[in-house]
Amino acid sequence: MEHILLRHRDIPDLNNIDVYQKNGGFAAFKNAVTKMKPNEVTDVVKNSGLRGRGGAGFPTGLKWSFIDNKNWPHYVVANADESEPGTFKDREIMEGNPFQFLEGLALASYAVGATVAYVYLRGEFWQLGAFLDEKIAELEVAGYLGDNLFGTEYSLKIYTHLGAGAYICGEETALLESLEGKRGQPRNRPPFPPSFGLYGKPTIINNVETFANVPMILAKGADWYKSIGTTDSAGVKIFSLSGRIRKPGNYELPFGTTFRELIYTHGGGVQDSRKVKAIMPAGASSSLITVDDEKILDTPMDYATVRTLGADLGSASVIVLDDTVSMDWLVNKTVHFFKHESCGKCTPCREGTYWMSHLTERIHGGEGSRADVDLLLNVAKQMQGTCLCALGEFSTMAVVTGIERFKKDFDKAVKA
Amino acid sequence: MSLAKKYPKEVKQILSKYPPEGKRSAVMPLLFLAQREEGYINKPAMQEIADILDITETDVAAIVGFYTLYHDKKAGKYRMQVCTDLPCALRGADKFMDDLCDNLDVKVGETTEDGFLTLEGVMCLAACDRAPMFQTQGPDGIKYHENMTIDKTLELVRTLKNAIGQGS
Repeated sequence: MEHILLRHRDIPDLNNIDVYQKNGGFAAFKNAVTKMKPNEVTDVVKNSGLRGRGGAGFPTGLKWSFIDNKNWPHYVVANADESEPGTFKDREIMEGNPFQFLEGLALASYAVGATVAYVYLRGEFWQLGAFLDEKIAELEVAGYLGDNLFGTEYSLKIYTHLGAGAYICGEETALLESLEGKRGQPRNRPPFPPSFGLYGKPTIINNVETFANVPMILAKGADWYKSIGTTDSAGVKIFSLSGRIRKPGNYELPFGTTFRELIYTHGGGVQDSRKVKAIMPAGASSSLITVDDEKILDTPMDYATVRTLGADLGSASVIVLDDTVSMDWLVNKTVHFFKHESCGKCTPCREGTYWMSHLTERIHGGEGSRADVDLLLNVAKQMQGTCLCALGEFSTMAVVTGIERFKKDFDKAVKA
Repeated sequence: MSLAKKYPKEVKQILSKYPPEGKRSAVMPLLFLAQREEGYINKPAMQEIADILDITETDVAAIVGFYTLYHDKKAGKYRMQVCTDLPCALRGADKFMDDLCDNLDVKVGETTEDGFLTLEGVMCLAACDRAPMFQTQGPDGIKYHENMTIDKTLELVRTLKNAIGQGS
């Protein structure tokens, strides 16, 4: 199947503006601005069934329709903070197919009446930020960005903004704080960004991959998009495949593709032909799916079905773990990550990740006892449902499912 | 010398990206600018940024302290920041880091004797399919180096040294 998002893999030099235009680029944006009302654009996206690709899977068109039209100006922000361990898809989109992403961002801006949009990139994407600045400048010259676009009253500017190394800034309200020049700490919600966002103004925030879908949906229609994927999860998803896999990388596949097809057909199977022991479908934030039965690999990957395995699909950053991986080691890694990335604002997360890291280090270091494992599980469960944002919650996922589903690994670690 | 005098064009361009009521947004790009040459941000630079943006020096210092890519202390000319997070570790990043320490004769967090390189461990850099990998943070900004080996890394160090005339 031809790619819908990673089209640069089918079309050489798609990050050249002429090549992108020759392949239908900006026709959807021009058509929208000159022939459609803003809410008509939102309706098409709503009808397509597109859900947010950053992890939460919230219906995109519905989010756009929440924009508060009594308070102006409006902003649109692209979340290009891509920091979840195991996720590396947005970077490929922006490098290979930057104009499709920017066109999606422009369409969203038109749909909600924003005349300024920001791309918030993680600071490590320094080179990519400079590259996008060049592409944005080319769009200004070509007349796709600027004042009175296509002779209408609509004007749009896009700016990039670099973060400076903080996982928490992928959380949308922390991102807004950071973009406002403050520490990246999540806000209390409600109010949500569509009513109180950047500089206190109504703001729509979506992930890079979400925006990249939009031009194709506008060009080919909601029904076309809905015909791909599953009833629960329409369209295609970029699966970032990593871990103990022969061919790690990004694979754009329809929702509903099985784990088996992703891992064996596309990923070339497990390194050293070993057995899959567990899967983390949403990066380090994942629950661990136990693959004790081969049939689990035949589970279709969409938001609803993955949930039946006791995990979330999230950003579809599929980390494959084979039988060489011990879960006490893995949990020590993930907890260390979340402890480092906790923003420190709320007590359960700040203290919880700190104490969990002491316990995981002791257990993995061979100096733990059964009581330490029980205490670790206890701390993780106490954190659940009490943190200000999802980071704290995420930090407990691998801990709880690791201890509950891979008891033997922890028994072995504390005996050794 | 002050930022405004040294980089007048850049400072103006940065400020133009944000609305007047959101001027404070410029603090992060201005800090990157202040850090460009020396690799760290000193007190006078923080004070100047605070003055430009009508915020306090404490506000600026809080930003420097919160984000990992800002530094308030001098280190090596280049920081070599190796990802040892879960996906990279599953592809040999921990061993790569150990071997790097042996070859560069430093521990994680230390600077080489010639003051050229500081070796650091960092969190996920979104390049999990191309481990082992690291980024360099130096006078030429931040750059990714992927699918790395010890040999390729040592070659890179030589190239970087030659580029700034520190080659031996």
